[in-house]
Formats: sequence, C-alpha cells, structure tokens
Amino acid sequence: MITDEKIENEFRIENVSRRNFLQGALSASAFVLCIGKSPLLAKVARSGAPTVVPMTPGSVPTIDSSAFHPGVFLGIQTDGTVLIVAHRTEMGNGVRTSLPRIVADELDADWARVKVIQGDGDERYGSQDTDGSHSVREFFDTLREAGATARLMLVRAAAQQWGVPEAQCVADPVHVVTHKSSNRTVGYGELAALAAKQPVPKKEELKLKAPSEWRYIGKPAPGYDVSEVCSGKPLFGMDVKVDGMLYAAIAHPPVLGGKVKSLDDSATLKVKGVKQTIPIDPFTPPHHFQPLGGVAVIADNTWSAFKGRNQLKIEWDNGAHAVYNSESYKKELQETAKQPGKVVHSIGDADAEFGKGGKILEAEYYAPHLAHASMEPPVAVADVRSDKVTVWSPTQNPQGVQEEVAKKLGIKKEDVTCHVTFLGGGFGRKSKPDYAVEAAVLSKKTGKPVKVVWSREDDIKFDYFHSVAAMYIKAAVDDKGMPKAWLQRSVFPSISSTFDKDAVYGSDGEMSLGWNVIPFDVPNFRSENGKAVNHVRIGWLRSVANIYHAFAVQSFANELAYAAGRDPYDYLLALIGSGKVIEAKQSPEVAAKYPYDTARLRHVAELAAQKANWGKKKSGNGWGMGIAVHRSFLTYVATVVEAEVDSDGVVRIPNVYTAIDAGIVANPDMVRSQFQGAAVFGTSIARTGQITATNGVIDQSNFHDYQVARMNDAPVHVDVQIVESTAPPAGVGEPGVPPFVPALCNAIYAASGKRVRELPLIKNGLA
Amino acid sequence: MVHLKVNGSAQTFDGDPEMPLLWYLRDILGMTGTKFGCGMALCGACTVLQNGKAIRSCSTQMGKVDGVEITTIEGISAKGPHAVQKAWAEVNVPQCGYCQTGQIMQAISLLSTKPHPTDADIDDGMAGNICRCGTYERIRAAIKEAAKERA
Repeated sequence: MITDEKIENEFRIENVSRRNFLQGALSASAFVLCIGKSPLLAKVARSGAPTVVPMTPGSVPTIDSSAFHPGVFLGIQTDGTVLIVAHRTEMGNGVRTSLPRIVADELDADWARVKVIQGDGDERYGSQDTDGSHSVREFFDTLREAGATARLMLVRAAAQQWGVPEAQCVADPVHVVTHKSSNRTVGYGELAALAAKQPVPKKEELKLKAPSEWRYIGKPAPGYDVSEVCSGKPLFGMDVKVDGMLYAAIAHPPVLGGKVKSLDDSATLKVKGVKQTIPIDPFTPPHHFQPLGGVAVIADNTWSAFKGRNQLKIEWDNGAHAVYNSESYKKELQETAKQPGKVVHSIGDADAEFGKGGKILEAEYYAPHLAHASMEPPVAVADVRSDKVTVWSPTQNPQGVQEEVAKKLGIKKEDVTCHVTFLGGGFGRKSKPDYAVEAAVLSKKTGKPVKVVWSREDDIKFDYFHSVAAMYIKAAVDDKGMPKAWLQRSVFPSISSTFDKDAVYGSDGEMSLGWNVIPFDVPNFRSENGKAVNHVRIGWLRSVANIYHAFAVQSFANELAYAAGRDPYDYLLALIGSGKVIEAKQSPEVAAKYPYDTARLRHVAELAAQKANWGKKKSGNGWGMGIAVHRSFLTYVATVVEAEVDSDGVVRIPNVYTAIDAGIVANPDMVRSQFQGAAVFGTSIARTGQITATNGVIDQSNFHDYQVARMNDAPVHVDVQIVESTAPPAGVGEPGVPPFVPALCNAIYAASGKRVRELPLIKNGLA
Repeated sequence: MVHLKVNGSAQTFDGDPEMPLLWYLRDILGMTGTKFGCGMALCGACTVLQNGKAIRSCSTQMGKVDGVEITTIEGISAKGPHAVQKAWAEVNVPQCGYCQTGQIMQAISLLSTKPHPTDADIDDGMAGNICRCGTYERIRAAIKEAAKERA
C-alpha cells in the first residue's frame, strides 16, 4: 500500500459486447472492451443503483450494474462517443484526465469525443487504492494495450467492410479508419457494431505506438472536469444527497480507545431538527479502519446534527492512551534514537570506521505529527437495505470501503456497492474508510440512508496522523570533510500499529521510504530503526516517512558541507558521486524496471541548480538558497529553495526550482501542478505543521491552531523542470514533498545561520 | 421569518435563526457549489457574495441575512462562464477543485473593487482562502488573466 513494490499484473482483454453484457446507453451494437485479470464476466451478479455516481460529469446512469462487467474498459457507442472508465480516484492528481488520455492515445480517439466514467469499487479493476503515487506507473502499459486492442479491432472491421487487406487500413487521422489508396474513411462510431464482432487480438498482434507518434501522452492538457469544478457542480462526497437521507455528526472519544461512561442527550434531543442519538460501539484493537466509537446525533440537516452534538453531555472513560503527552513522548523518542536499534541496512563496517577516532559529526532531528486536513472533511453516505449496501464516498480506496463495510455488517463484499465521488483532497486520509463504515452502521440502525459529516475539528482531532519521528545521524569524515562512515537511526510509531497493536518497529515499507538506502558514495553505512509505541492512529500522508527521513538526511548532508567549508551544492554532487546503479533493497521486479541510478539524481540536482543560478549571488544577510535531493516513488527530485529571512525571523519564499526525472510523464501540465502543490504542502509542513497531544487529547482543532500555507506565505513561484525520458513512468503525486522541507531549512541556514533541526519553523523562532 | 434573495430568487426561511447561511444553501436549497471547509470563517471555501461583496457563509447566521441579496457560484454560472471562471479554466487552476468555487467568488469580489490588482492586492484579497492542493500560483495568474480580459 505504501511501498514501491507494486508492479503491474498481466491483464486479459475481452470483448464483452458480444456477450451482451451491456445494456442501456451502451446498446448491443456498441463496441466495448473489458480488461480483467481473469475471465470473471460470468460472475457478474450485482444489481441496484447505477454503476456511476449520478452526479459525476460524463456519467452514463443508464448503464445498469446488473448487466455490466466493470473491468477497466473502453466502449465506443454507435454515435462515435468513446467511453473510458477512470478506475482510480480523482483528488487533484489528475487521473480522470491522464489515465483516459493514455487509452485515447493508443486508440487514436478524438479527445473531444471521449466521455470519462468514474469506476465503482471493484476488485476486477486491479488496485484502485489511489495512494503511493501509483496510478500512471501501475496502469500505463495496461491502458495502452486496451487502446491499441480497440484500434486494431476497428481497423480489422474497416478492412472487412471494404473487403481490402488489413495492412492497407490505418487509424488516421483521428477517430476514423482510412483506406489511403481508395481515399475512403469510416468513423469509429460507424465501425462500432462490426468491430464488436471481431475476435479479440492477442497481445502479440498489438502494435503499440512509438513515443514519437503519441498524440496525448506527454502533451499538456487541462483537466477533463475543469468547467464542472469551476461552476460548482455537485461532484464531491460532501455534495451527495439521496432521497430520505438523514444527517449524522458523531462525538468521537477524545482519546484513542476511549469509551462512553455516561451520556445525557436531553439537551441534544431538544435541538430543532435532531431526531435521535445512537451510540457507536468502540473498536476492538487494533483500530484498523474501524469506527472510533462514540455517540452519533441524527438530524434532518447537517447543521442540526452539529448543533445537537455540541449539546451532548458525555463522560468518557479515556483508557490507556490518556498517558500520551507530546513533550514527554518526544524525549522518549529522542532517547531511543541515541541507543542502538534494529539494523535496517548495512554496507561495510561503520562501527570499525567510527572506532578509528577521526573527526565525528552528529546531529539529532525531530519532526512532529501532521494532520492531512484536506479541504473536504471526511464524509460518506450509506444506504443499507436488507443485505445490500450502497455507499457514496470520497474515497481513495473504494475496495477498502467494500471490505470494511462488509466486515462490519457481516455481509459479503460483493453486496456492497461503492460509488466514488470526487475528493476534496485526500493526501492519504481518504484511503482509510472508517467514516464510510460509520455511515453504514448508522444507516443500518435507522433504516434510512445516512450521511456522516465530519467537521473540521473532527478531521484534525481524529485523523490517522502522520507519524512523529526522532532521527539521529552520525558521520566520520576524512580530512576533506567527506563521510567515511554514516550511521542513521530513526524512531517513530509505525503505520503498522494501525493493523497490529503490538507493532513497535517501522515496517519494511516505511524503511523503503528514504531510510534503507543512501544515495551517497559512503563506503560504510548503517541505518537503524528504534522501538516506539503508538498512542494515536498512525497513517500515511502524502510521501509518508520520506518526509522526516529526507528532512534528516538532506539537512545532515548540508551540515556536513558547511563543516567541510564547502559550497553545499558542490558538496552534494561530491556525495552523490558520478552516478551508478546502487543496491536499493527493491524487489527483483521493481529493480529490473526501475533501477536506482544515482546518475539520474545527480542530473536533476544539476538542472535545478542551473535554473536557480546557484552560486551567482552570495548567501547571507537574510537571503539564501538551499538544495536537497531525494528519490521517492521511483522519481528523482532535486529542489532548490530561495528564502528571505527578516530580523523577526519571518521567512519569505520568492522562488523554488524543482527538477524531476519521473520517466515518461502522461500530462506535463498536471505534473507541474503536482510539484507546485507539493512545494506549498511542504511549506505547510515546514512552517507550522504540528499536531500534539495532552493527556491523549489532540491539542489542535481547526485552521487557526493547525495552520496551513496561504497564498501570502506560500512560495511565490515554483519552477518545475521535467527531464525528458523514455524510462517507465514513475510517481508524481508525492515525490515533490520530501526534498522541499530540507531545501527550505537549508536555505534558511544559508540566509540566517539558523539551523532547523526540529520542525516546524515556529519552534525555532521562525515563522 | 427571514426574507432574502438567492441568485435573484426570493426566498423565505423560518427555521433556526442560528443556522449558518452555508447549510441553508447546501441542505435546504440544495445548492452545493458553496463548500464546507472549517465552519469558522478560516478557510474561505464557503465564500458567497452578499450584496456583491465576499462573505463567509459558514459564519453568517440566517437570522442576520434578512433583506440581503446572496449570490452563489450557481448564480455566477447561470449565464455561462464568468470571466473569472474562464480565466480559471484557461490557466488550469484546479487540482481537487473543492476550494475553487470559494476562491472564484473571492476573486470576483476582489476584482469588483480592484479591477487591476497588484500582487500585494491579490495576497491581501485572497489570503483568507485556503487551497490545500497548493494552486496559489495559478490562482494569482488566473486573477491577472481575468483582469486583463476585463480591461
């Protein structure tokens, strides 16, 4: 879920129209291709609600899920409309544009005639869990093959219709097949019925386009939904309204694992619009994606539910996690970080080198918990009818919704339909479906559809928090200041604790996020991880453990540069060396497709520094530049931040220069957006991002005490350079975040001489 | 009884006078283009125009809107895209899009008083509207684009 270990599966492509699996808008003569991991077509037995969110633009509500095999598919209607399913979640990542354009490219379809349909939760799509920056890289080949398959069948249909050899027919210029010598063309819509009768070609028969022939891949395109978004159409989970729906707000236990000791709901029940209160059972540890428990207030509108909740008088049994105090916990983590931990990776013999007694440098770093704080708080609508359930939710993980709702209600996963709405931000929070389970529990109890709405306070106080982490790094350096040995140790409560209550070490996945490998030429290296016990729900947040790992490693590299009296950029290049493929503890499949090549890392560092005019202006007197590099989600990123620090410690960020090598990119404009956004997200982390607890209760609650970057404190300009590459696509949603924070901290040091070893900046007299 | 106009249509409301305008628009009138983000006037997702000027509907109680004219994003969009919406599409501003209707309403309000805003004007005018995806640079560019269109 959070590792780089996913690699695509082989998909089968089947022509389902001949099996008459589509009705309604897709007439029997429409040409439809499905792609499934296995021949599952016969298994389809669902019924009920339309297969797409009725509100979603491009939806085709008349497709009945009882007659629809929802594999990744494309369809061509007889009027020439091309339907393409986006099976991954749109949350600003641009997948409703980039994924269908990959299909449309190989199909040689006219993008203006493509209708994008949002896929429901269904395991036959393969993974829909839209996190880990997977969407394009995991489905690139599959989607191209889908488009190419359809194109070949259209060409064969045209050849058959004209009675000419297939080789004389081409899909050219767009949306038509042409027979050049007779100057005849026929449209895709006209060919749909005949194309549907063609046998599905074997994979070996497909001719994928050369990159030079791509129409859409690698070309900038605006978001498919931009007009609907800008006109306020009801696209989001928060906008879902179902007939007869009730609204619920939930008073969650203030401390993880807390239980209701006593409840007085008399004032609540007097609030106009409030119908009833319903207790929700506490979870059985580990908390996983279960509801937190508490008391739900059911009302006939959102406001009444909120108001009624505020009138509840609840005495809580706070339980074991009431011991959680961030200040003392921090000291525990820092102490653990100074003790030997579990070895994660070792090269050479670091201890032997340290034992030689040369010059040793060491530093401790600390980064607090973070909350996701997506603009749309968690929300879900569930309609539980006898044993069938329909959920509408902004979820990154629709199959997870199906699983968790089914588990909770004791029904089969196949009996849970999950319609995926647009997400008002996700950042990892919305791949945990606890709030959808809450809606299902309440719908079952009330017998009505229920919409659970989290307030901002709920969102911030009851998040799956990004982990707090303490890091310790030590290096033995030679007389030129280059490290001969490097030891790094991180300590943080692991995401594993969400799934295993006894987990105290970081998972392999978390270690793969910037800790089990070092991209520097260091002959003796050891990384370690120490024990930590969780007291809140720990989850993944945009780029996950890379955030604190890159902060420590890239800050320390910068400290070494200054200790050596060298320019930090030159020193960084020296650390990386000339570049080579390094052992990166990746699975053999990933290593074969995505070798970790530090030459690519060096290259992006050079590009970013060049664009930033690194070294042209002398740092100091309140102005400085900082640089950091990091590879995550298989993408190489270098970021140079320009910072101004005034005498009050107020930091301004006029420019950011980021260079990325993400292999082939599907839509460069959206990739640029992702990296511009990552710089702002990183600014929020660096300046003000911290979640703390007192006696187990989270101290922050809304945007006044959990501040995020606004226009006037965000970077003014973020330059994004994308390396042209023929390497397989890598991730783009997350990799911009990790190097930003250390690059900013390094810039602050260059400008002001203030070294930030503890995040956020406000802990350092900076703002 | 509260009498108000929403997007030119007369409306009456006799419910809880403490109900924020936001929830009246969303849950009672079914106009969901105005978004819920914080409930405390901290993020601007709920921005609408009251008599042409941006306000935060999440912190404006129904008891306080008697006799006012409210314009929401639905009202702005009724006669085809507004110059600001066109600029938003031109620059491809949105990522997730959730905050963008509030951003657009705020930008319309800003441009109504400062038709040619400087960077500092834009910072001042837009600082109350959070975009967690981080589209600020494009929002700034789109506002300038819209100002150019209106010139």
